[in-house]
Parts: sequence; C-alpha cells; structure tokens
Amino acid sequence: MKCFNPRIAIAMVIGFALGLGAVASVSAAKAQKGGILQFVVAGESPSKDGHRETTYATIHPYAPMYSVLIRVNPDDPQSSDFVCDLCKGKVPKPTEGDTKYTFKLVKGVKFHDGTPLTAHDVVATYKKIIFPPQGIPSARKAFFKMVESVTAPDNHTVVFKLKFPSGAFLPALATPYNWIYAKKDLDEHGYNWHRDNVNGSGPFMFVQHQPGALVEGKRNPNYHHKGQPYLDGFKALVAKKMSVRIQAIRGNRAAIEFRGFPPKARDDLVNALGDKLKVQESDWNCSLLATPNHKRKPFDDARVRRALTLAVNRWEGSKYLSKIAIVKTVGGAVFPGHPLAATKEELTQLAGYGTDIEKARKEARQLLVQAGVSNLTIDYNNRDVDQPYKVVGTWLIDQWKQVGLNVKQTVRPTPQFYANLRKSHENDVSIDFNCQSVVNPIADVSKFLCSAGNNYSQCEDPELEAIYDKLLRAASEKEQRSLMRQYEKRALDEQAIMGVTLWWYKINPHRAYVKGWKIAPSHYLNQQLDNVWLDQSMM
Amino acid sequence: MYAYIVKRVLLMIPTLFGAAVLVFFLLRLLPGDVCEVRLAGTGLYADPRDIALCREELGLDDPLATQFVDFVGGYLTGDLGKSMWTGQPIEYEIGLRFKLSLQLAIMATLVAVAFAIPLGIISAVKQDTWIDYAVRTFSIAGIAIPSFWLGIMIILGLLIVTQKLFGAGWMPPINYVSPFEDPLGNLAQLIWPAVATGYRYSAVATRMTRSAMLEVLREDYVRTARAKGLVEKLIINRHALKNALLPVVTIIAIEFAFLIGGLVVTEQVFNLNGLGKLFVDAVGNQDFALTQQLVMLVVLIFVLTNLVIDILYAWLDPRIRYA
Repeated sequence: MKCFNPRIAIAMVIGFALGLGAVASVSAAKAQKGGILQFVVAGESPSKDGHRETTYATIHPYAPMYSVLIRVNPDDPQSSDFVCDLCKGKVPKPTEGDTKYTFKLVKGVKFHDGTPLTAHDVVATYKKIIFPPQGIPSARKAFFKMVESVTAPDNHTVVFKLKFPSGAFLPALATPYNWIYAKKDLDEHGYNWHRDNVNGSGPFMFVQHQPGALVEGKRNPNYHHKGQPYLDGFKALVAKKMSVRIQAIRGNRAAIEFRGFPPKARDDLVNALGDKLKVQESDWNCSLLATPNHKRKPFDDARVRRALTLAVNRWEGSKYLSKIAIVKTVGGAVFPGHPLAATKEELTQLAGYGTDIEKARKEARQLLVQAGVSNLTIDYNNRDVDQPYKVVGTWLIDQWKQVGLNVKQTVRPTPQFYANLRKSHENDVSIDFNCQSVVNPIADVSKFLCSAGNNYSQCEDPELEAIYDKLLRAASEKEQRSLMRQYEKRALDEQAIMGVTLWWYKINPHRAYVKGWKIAPSHYLNQQLDNVWLDQSMM
Repeated sequence: MYAYIVKRVLLMIPTLFGAAVLVFFLLRLLPGDVCEVRLAGTGLYADPRDIALCREELGLDDPLATQFVDFVGGYLTGDLGKSMWTGQPIEYEIGLRFKLSLQLAIMATLVAVAFAIPLGIISAVKQDTWIDYAVRTFSIAGIAIPSFWLGIMIILGLLIVTQKLFGAGWMPPINYVSPFEDPLGNLAQLIWPAVATGYRYSAVATRMTRSAMLEVLREDYVRTARAKGLVEKLIINRHALKNALLPVVTIIAIEFAFLIGGLVVTEQVFNLNGLGKLFVDAVGNQDFALTQQLVMLVVLIFVLTNLVIDILYAWLDPRIRYA
C-alpha cells in the first residue's frame, strides 16, 4: 500500500494554490534579473511562422520573440481577462453597436532590427492573418469571420470594424499565434519570409536554431514593458521522449516543460527533488472525445450512440484515471469552471453523467435492445500516443464491455490515425479531441456542430445548428447560459453526436527557482516569458 | 583488384535503384500525409483549402511517376530536395545529424573493439576456465540486454548515484556540442550512449573473436609454431589473431554501418540529435522526401561497407585475390 507522503502533499497544495491563483503573485519588485532559462519542448516546429502553424511546438520557442496586440493576463492566466501587450492602457470597449474596436498603440516600440513598430505593422499582420492572399496559408483566419476591415487612421491607432457584434472577437484577437510582423518584412521579403526568419518586437531576440536540437533567444534590451524581461535569455531544448524531459528536470538540464506531465511523473519528480521542485496544476482546455461514425450502422441510430455514452462511468473513471493519465475533470461541452459551463447538478441531468451508473447501464442495454442491436463489435480507432489516448481508450473499452459491447481497437500512428478519422472513416467510433488555446466556449463548442470542419462524425443535425445560431447572437450571459444548456443537451444527450469522456488536466512540475510563470488552462497560453525570472539563491 | 572495385561500384547502381523503387512506392502506400499531420495534427480546425495548398506546394498531388522522376532525377542534378516538414534542404538536415551519428558510431566501435578483441582472445586461450566462463557470461549478458534499456539504466544510475553523493542529480547533457568547441562537454554527452551501444556490440564481437580464435588455434600451423618453440605471445598475435580476424572484421564493419543510421531508440533515450532520431521524426511526420533519402543513405552505407570489408579481406589474408 502506498504511504502518505507529506512532501507530495505539500508540493501539491502549493501547486494548486498557485494554479488557481489563490496565492498573491510574487511582486515584480522581488524579481531578479539574469540567468538563462532552459526548458524542454516535446516537439519541433515545422517553421518559425506562427500565422501558419498550429502546434504548441511553434509557440514555446518563438512566442517569446514576438509581441501581440492583446493577450491573456500573464500574471493571472486562469482568468478570462485580456490585457494589452502592444496596445495602451486597457483593452478597449467596442463602439458603434459593438462593431468597432479602436486600439491605441504604445509608442516607441521597435522590432529587433531597429524598425519602429507602428499601426501599419499591426494592420499588415492582421491582413495577412484574416485576408491572406491566395496561396498563403493562415491557420486561424476562420476565427475572424466577423471582421470586415482593419485600418490604421494614424501611426498609433488600429481600428477593427466588424460585420456584426461578436463575443468571439476579443478571444480570437488574444490567440497567442497572432504575432505582429513588420510591414517592411512582409513587403520586402514576401509572406513566406517568416517561415525561416524571425524579426519580432518581443522580450527576446532570436539567436539561433539548431534543427532537431534547440532554439535560443537573448534578452531584448529595448522591450516595451519596462524592466522586463528578467531573464538574460532562454534555450528551448527539443526532447521528444517524455522520460528525457522528466530526467532533464530531475538532472537540472532543464528547469521546466510547459506542456504537461502525467501524475506519475509529477510524483517521481516530487520524491526525487522535494522542495527543489514546484508543481502547478490546472484544468486544461482540452477534452477527450469518443466520436461515433454516423454514417455507419448502427451508429446512425441515436439510441445506440446514447448507449455508448450511458455506459461510461465518468465520475469513477475520473478518480482512477487522474492517478495515471493527464485527464481529471468531468465536464460537458464547455471548459469546466467557466461561467457558461454546466454545474454538477446540470451535468447529472445529461446521459452518461448521472451518479447511478447501474441505472444508466440498464438504460443503455435497453436502448441497444430497442435498436435491435445484439452482440455488437465496435471497430474503434485510437491514436498511438500514450497520454491520454491509449490510457483513456483502454478504459473506454472496459466501460463499453459493461453493457455487452465488444470492442476491436486499432491503434494507429498519428498520420494514419488522422487519415482514418478525417478521410477514410474506416471505423465505428474514434477517439478524438478538442484542444483550444484561449478559453472561448462559444467558439470552442463549435466542434460539435455537424457543419464544423473538425467534426469528423459525419453527422447531420440542423436543430443543433439552429441552437448554435441563437447562441452566437445571444447578448446576455444569462441567455448564453440557457442556450448553452440546450446545445449541450442536444449534442451530448439527445443526439449523442460525440461523447465527452474527461477533460485533460495540466500538471507542470518545475524547478522551484523558476519564478513568475503561472500555469494557464492551455499549453498555448502565457508563453512570452517576459515575467519569468530565476531565483539565483535557489539554483 | 581495381577492375573488381570498379565492377562492384557499378553493381551498386542497380542495387540503389531497386532500393529507391521499393522505398518510394512503399511509402506511398501509407495512408495520410505530411499536410494532415502538420495542419490537423493538433486537433484544431484545419481549413481543407490550406491542406490542399500544402499538398500542391509539396507536389503531393503530382502523378506518382512525376514524383518518382523528381526523386531519382535529384541524384543526377545533385539536388536531394527539401524536407516536407521543415522546408530545409535535405543535405542540410542530414549533414547536421551525420556528424553526431558518425562520432557516436566511431566511439561505440572503439569501446566495442577495446573490449571484444582482448576478451575474445583471453576467452579462447583460457577455454573452459573461470576466465572463459566470466567472459562468456559478460558477452551473453551484453547480447541479452537491449542498448536502450541499458541507456535508461545508465541515466537513472547517474542521477541516483550523484544525488546520493553530491546532493544534486547529474545526467549527461541533452544538447550536442561539437568536440572541437567543448571536448569535455562532448565527451560527457556521448560516452554514455557509446558505452550502452558499445557493450552490445562488443558482446557480439567478443563471441565471434573467441570462436574464430578457437578454430584457428586448432590449425596445424599453430601446432607447428608451438612445436618450433615459438613463444605463445608471438603465436597468438602473429599467427592466430590475424587469421581469426576475418569474421570479426565483418561483424565490426556491419555493426558500424548499422550504428550510423540505426540507433533509433538509443538516440531517443539520450536525446541525441542524430540520424536515427531524424529517421523516426521523418516517418512520424510522413515526410516522404526526407524518409526516402535517409533510407537511401543507409543503403549506400551498407553497400559501401560491404565493399570495404571485401577489400579488407584481401589485405588480411593474402591468399584472397579478386579477379
């Protein structure tokens, strides 16, 4: 039997407190200057261009080299507040019927090559992101469907005009990939120049990139947030194997990994390093889904899909899986804890979320009988990645067996997994996920819409589309909340378009001498590192 | 001899072409492609138009025949193409990693030879004594233990031991530095994987040296040498060892070739940015262009190694002559 370890408990309590923002942030006055932060990254970015890439492996090494217009508050990344980075003062309120946003820029900002940053650079950047010329990819242009125009009436003012009021605009603007490029670079070198080159205005300047090995940055002495950054520089070391990343922290070859480790790794590190380690934990804006293929019989029948979700004991699963995998929180379609998310009472009204699992499984068996399904074997597509796919996938197989379903799981490497999920659809049910950066429930839940490009269930449900349409236009939070419940009921219960298994849980154990960095609900957020510092006395 | 070498070099062409055909078409049988992985691999919405654009840019929509001609034609023009993942020239991607893999292969070979030859000889000379049993146990363990497992144990051992001794765990650096810039740093990183892979390698070579020596030591000319009263050292070194080395050289050379591109797992364990790790990344990313060039590189290394072995045979055993 595992004994209670007070060191783990203390570290976790401190970590939780930090993660939830319950402890007042260490004041900037205490921050020490100097030092090189070494961190490990589990992947390598295909290019240096944030506008075209979608992986966190682009964000972690290159976001510190760029500024953005607005961002998630680096001192309180758990909040849904946005703060200005390049804009002055507070994030502006919309005018003209909530269709116009006017941003005043901080003066005196310079790109790393010395070029002054003006509103024309911001406009050129957003035109590239929102209205890219033909042949230029922009991974997030769909986020800005509401934008009619971006203009610069003068050198320090940027105006976004929207086609219609939208609560999704500011979160889209705060997406951490929206790095501001110099208009001069775009004009002179073309829209592909940033694939291989860096010229930002962020806290750190590009030093070198050794493909497959590291990205190095050094302090930008002209950074516009005075007094920052605290670090002399950073090195982002590529280490794809998790054991290497864990050992790197243990052996002090790296101080932190920003994506997240499973609980076992946290416990091992806490045991090995004791008070030299700090653990920050947070709910993660990623949910793991089970997506039925609506074009395959009998999964075209909502009763069968409901049976799949009814069979899953999420509350018990959370208790055990959270000890071995990067999942924990039971939640619906909306990021848990958000004002628009279902309360536990509301959740328990949904199929598969009740607290009486025997009752739910009895109903599941009855639904299967009503649908004329007996001795069904599910052809189940999973991804060849341990955390959390294979771990949760194995658990799901057991859950479905509890209602008499057989499962034939095919675990495929990532490219083949996606080819199957997105194109060939040679499965009955597939593991799937919904991972977002800025917490923006109204946009995030669009994954469940049958018309969504990243909904791979091949479903059709005009009623759900109609509810979403109303949700998009809902003005008050109360109305949004009410519509969100209808949407959730339709998507997760009545039609069981997809099943949410559990929400991911982010665990970041790091060397205790790393200060200032606060865990965010996404591994994409809060990565500019301008407020991070190293406590030399603890090194 | 020269005619033989020329003939062997010419024979390399159909071998390489056959390998090119195989790797090119086998890769295309895999479902999915680099654009899917790159743009949709994070689960975020990927615009099908962007995926189509990516495919068009990389030539993945071209007919297979055109793609194959581009691939093979690159050898004639000296252009190996660009990595589909990073967009960098393939020569650059491979060149960066080749020096590390080559250095590691050389170090592992040195470790292996340093152990294998003396241990193999001692084991044969002291056959069926406790020394022989000890060497055989050592070598069988080396064959049985996977290098990557030994690598993990080495890292954990270093962390645990140094933490106990000095209060802070130490592990080898995870970032490569050139031996010309920082010889100690370079050694601190590479000596451990060299030991991990060199141990298995030495175990294979030790057993081969032992059996070859045992065979040679029973030859008539060795008995004659002993009858003549030659000292045992001379008999072993001058008469037996050189003749026993033929199969050992073959093993060492083939293992060396394997080490350059085949240390897939060990490189991952020690986070070495070598060709093995590049191979895994290229396959994982469905980077066809890079994968096929890496396969061709490994094929070329093996073909060249075999040629070198044949030439070495003639040097080691003057009775061997190639027509």
